[in-house]
Amino acid sequence: MRFLRPFLFSLAASTLVVSVAHAQTPSTTPDAMVRDLSNEVLNAIKADKALKSGDTGRVQKLVDEKILPYTDFQKMTQLSVGPGWRNATPEQRAALTREFRTLLVRTYSGALSQISDHKVELRPFRAQPTDTDVIVRTQVVASRGDPIQLDYRLEKTDGGWKIYDLNILGVWLVENYKSQFTSQVNSSGIDGLIKTLAERNSQLAQKKA
Amino acid sequence: MANRQKVLMKPVLTSLIRNVAIPLSVLAVIALSGCATVPADSGSDPRDPIESFNRQVFEFNDIVDRAVLKPVAQAYEFVLPEPVRDCFSNIFSNFREPSNAVNNLLQGKPAEAASDTCRFVVNSTVGLLGCFDVARQMGLEKHNEDFGQTFGRWGIGPGPYLVLPILGASTVRDTIGIYGAEAYLDPNFWINNVALRNWILGTRFVNARSELLQADDLISGAALDKYRFVRDGYLQRRRNLVYDGDPPPTEDEAPPQTPPGSPPADTSVKSEPAPPQPQPGTPPAPK
Repeated sequence: MRFLRPFLFSLAASTLVVSVAHAQTPSTTPDAMVRDLSNEVLNAIKADKALKSGDTGRVQKLVDEKILPYTDFQKMTQLSVGPGWRNATPEQRAALTREFRTLLVRTYSGALSQISDHKVELRPFRAQPTDTDVIVRTQVVASRGDPIQLDYRLEKTDGGWKIYDLNILGVWLVENYKSQFTSQVNSSGIDGLIKTLAERNSQLAQKKA
Repeated sequence: MANRQKVLMKPVLTSLIRNVAIPLSVLAVIALSGCATVPADSGSDPRDPIESFNRQVFEFNDIVDRAVLKPVAQAYEFVLPEPVRDCFSNIFSNFREPSNAVNNLLQGKPAEAASDTCRFVVNSTVGLLGCFDVARQMGLEKHNEDFGQTFGRWGIGPGPYLVLPILGASTVRDTIGIYGAEAYLDPNFWINNVALRNWILGTRFVNARSELLQADDLISGAALDKYRFVRDGYLQRRRNLVYDGDPPPTEDEAPPQTPPGSPPADTSVKSEPAPPQPQPGTPPAPK
């Protein structure tokens, strides 16, 4: 269980790294994009008390306003759902993506209070300039606690580089949901998974209120 | 006379634990069979062939945790101020340095092994038994290694996933590596005074649990199936550690091919990217 400990910090950092982005960031390479994004996000959290306290509305707003240009939530959801995605209708796909995104924002925004003097450092980047699917490796360091490994998987699209998976301390988000989602789809179908996610989200919303 | 009684008490206690407590806990696990919700596809994952049994132990651990471990850890956190807990965490982390050094050596990383040795010497002395991580301020970073990782590095697979009573997530390889070989290199076990040794061990366990208190809610919120969330996280994390934060991609990591006849939304999915190849001469990625 010990491996779970630094989860909080990293989840906190990652939520916002995925969620906040600067509209004017002129980053063309994926590693520069992740670096700029991370720095701006950390600065934003440190500066904003409401964000730091995990105010879900506030986090949600940031996600909605700034995240979409830099993240492909649909692809993240598709990969997590696995083979079942193929048989889902466009409406089901949209619902899955929306509920999964809400779940991630809701659960992880609570961890933001853990952020103190954290800084992001890039680890060696080894992709070729021609690659269209890359992993950018970073680590988050603070004066207290061990460095936290935080990696991103990005795909080059017509709209620029998009993050579609992230790795916290060696654990890929998509991979960690795959088995749970597949099991749910197998037992109660795509609609069952949507229902489970929606129920969880409303539980979490009530708890928060 | 009182002393004599104390001496007599010890074997009685030990035998009580051995003859009563352990069978009782085993019985409890068995009694719990059927309490754990086991999904229909249980055991379908080749990494976890004994899933339904593991789930029962997981359930048992959860009950023990809620009844005993968590409240004790909460009290510990409530009573001790943060600097004291940090000091304890550092001391317990310092206990692991001899093992870090030996395992780094066994993994062919002599520079890290030397650094770990320096860390142990500096922190045990100047750092007051490890209470302060002075070595880190000197630029000596920590490298957590154990025999589970070393065996993995040598090419030994993790074997089936195991949930150990009380201790939690593990695999066959990690159980042997972490709970078997490790004890010989842990200064905690070098203490001859049994009572003191056990007190420290106990505090260490409670301290470790207290560090996870905030993670509880998060996992309960994020996981649809807590058992699999923890299992898949553990297995990924350990694989990552074996390769020091830079594991080769697995077959599973290949993005799925665009299925024929899917709507245009799928066209964003491209085929398997060229995995970044470790270049000779590239400095090892920090953990």
